[in-house]
Amino acid sequence: MSTQTKESSSPTLQPYKETFSLGRFVRTNGGQLGIIGVFIGLWIIFIVSAPDTFLSSRIYFAFMSTIPFFAIMAIPLTMVVIAGEMDLSFPSIMGMGMVAFSFVYERTVNIDSVTTRVVLAFIAALISGSLIGWLNGVIIVRFGIPSLVATIGTQFFWRGAVLVLTEGRNYTLSYIKETFLYPVLVGKIGGYFPMQMVWLIVIAIFGWILLNRHQFGAHVYLIGDNVQSAQLMGINTGGVRIKVFMLLGLISAFAGVLYSFHIAYFWPSLGEGYLLNTLASVFLGGTSVFGGVGTILGTFLGAFIIGAIEAATVATGLTGFWTQLIYGLIIVLSVIMHTYLRKRAG
Amino acid sequence: MNHRLELKNVSKSFGEVQALTKINFHLGRNEIVGLLGDNGAGKSTLIKIMTGYHQPSSGEILFNGKNIANLTVSKARQLGVETVYQERALAELQTLWRNIFLGRELKNQWGLLDVNRMKQETYRLMNQSMGFTSSAVNPNSHVGSFSGGERQGVAIVRALYFDAEIIILDEPTMGLSLKETAKLVNFVRGIKEAGKSAIFIDHNVIHVYNVADRIVVIDRGSIAGEFLTKDITLDTLMEKMIRVAESGKLE
Ligand SMILES: Nc1ncnc2c1ncn2[C@@H]1O[C@H](COP(=O)(O)OP(=O)(O)O)[C@@H](O)[C@H]1O
Ligand SMILES: [Mg+2]
Repeated sequence: MSTQTKESSSPTLQPYKETFSLGRFVRTNGGQLGIIGVFIGLWIIFIVSAPDTFLSSRIYFAFMSTIPFFAIMAIPLTMVVIAGEMDLSFPSIMGMGMVAFSFVYERTVNIDSVTTRVVLAFIAALISGSLIGWLNGVIIVRFGIPSLVATIGTQFFWRGAVLVLTEGRNYTLSYIKETFLYPVLVGKIGGYFPMQMVWLIVIAIFGWILLNRHQFGAHVYLIGDNVQSAQLMGINTGGVRIKVFMLLGLISAFAGVLYSFHIAYFWPSLGEGYLLNTLASVFLGGTSVFGGVGTILGTFLGAFIIGAIEAATVATGLTGFWTQLIYGLIIVLSVIMHTYLRKRAG
Repeated sequence: MNHRLELKNVSKSFGEVQALTKINFHLGRNEIVGLLGDNGAGKSTLIKIMTGYHQPSSGEILFNGKNIANLTVSKARQLGVETVYQERALAELQTLWRNIFLGRELKNQWGLLDVNRMKQETYRLMNQSMGFTSSAVNPNSHVGSFSGGERQGVAIVRALYFDAEIIILDEPTMGLSLKETAKLVNFVRGIKEAGKSAIFIDHNVIHVYNVADRIVVIDRGSIAGEFLTKDITLDTLMEKMIRVAESGKLE
């Protein structure tokens, strides 16, 4: 505008070029470099202490088969935490998604095609996950309840709903193996590369674009950084927060379907045991508990570290009793590391 | 001709606190209005009603003579209002370019950001308008590492970047050096020359007197009086301000 052009001192300003400075690069990407360092460091330790296990490809295919089930939820959970919120209810949403799945499958017996029934059931699972996520968001935003507290409540509520609706029954899902969805969701490319890993990569890339190259992600960061500033500048902070919870709900239901397809069975306890792994992946990956800071790459690596620790403790000859202790140690140390790196970055 | 912006009988309460009582206010075309008043008089609350951040408890808001119901911040920005808030409204953990385009990101029809253009524009603004010379400041640097004056500069340049018709400045000189303040006063004069309107809030009566066409005095949530700067000397204005502070009355 004209008030500025009058000010212009150098009418032939060169366009901005991002010059590379190692110092600045390290400062601004400290968190990500830190997690990459931890990742490689631990990996070397694993290889040195259990070379037979960690030098064979078998363990890596095993990781790619089991880690994606919680890693894909860690991607949208990263956004929730960056927005300054928390969600503890996603393991129950995994269960509720499969309740919707099983109920729709059972109640469509009049449809001949199993594939059609499974597709309908799959869609029902995704819709119910989104709805529960949306409801979380509405409770938190419209009633102004801290998300940690609200989702402690909904975590119990939806787990309870799973148990009441299934009456504690298990469901065998062997019929899914006849449908195209089975190889698409949890098949193995060339007989060894698990499709759930492909889904993790797809969701991670999509999540990265959403967070870093889309207006939605920009607003997620701004809300977590300073919600009042975001409001003063006209961002619909409530709407964006509801949407991140919805996204986590959707992906959690998807993860529930993936896992249940993988074992061709639906247990009403589905999701229990994923809460801490998923949260730990996010915090290990450098996402700030205070909001406003976090990366998809960090979470992705964090998930693989978390997933590898259990296998590694056993492979290195320690008993399974050590797993939790080492989990705890690594999480606490990495959170301290990230906080320290952030302080230095100013 | 219609006023650029007008408030009719606007009141605002926060629970028990009656922050504004039956305010009638207008901002003309190509007019600079100065708002004066003690701490807690209600100046910031008043401008936050104009920017759509607060909803008035009662009363009407008119833009160009048209009543706007349920004004929101994004609607006000679309109507051409840009604001330097007293709080500055920055996101300190984010980069400079993200702060400049906060809430108004340059994007395509799918909402994908034009990151490169935002960085280029930020770089241009930095060099041409903010006069940032520190090598530590570039479009990718984090606002949290800036000095107070630099942060202020970000908030001010951001308000000026978008081709606003109405620019609201709430205590913009707070924490600025003498040189930076002089520059800001020039900015506000530039707004006038560019044919736009502005509302200027400042603790320093002299700054307000120097740039405003009209001065509105607010006291305890009500308008205590108003003057055209050409009809009053700085000394008389100062005397009146002291009297308001002591007795709540201008005369
Ligand atoms: N969000 C709010 N909630 C409650 N009270 C508020 C809020 N904002 C302002 N107030 C009160 O309204 C009055 C006017 O404040 P303000 O508009 O900030 O005054 P000024 O900008 O003139 O210093 C003060 O008494 C203040 O405490
Ligand atoms: Mg104020």
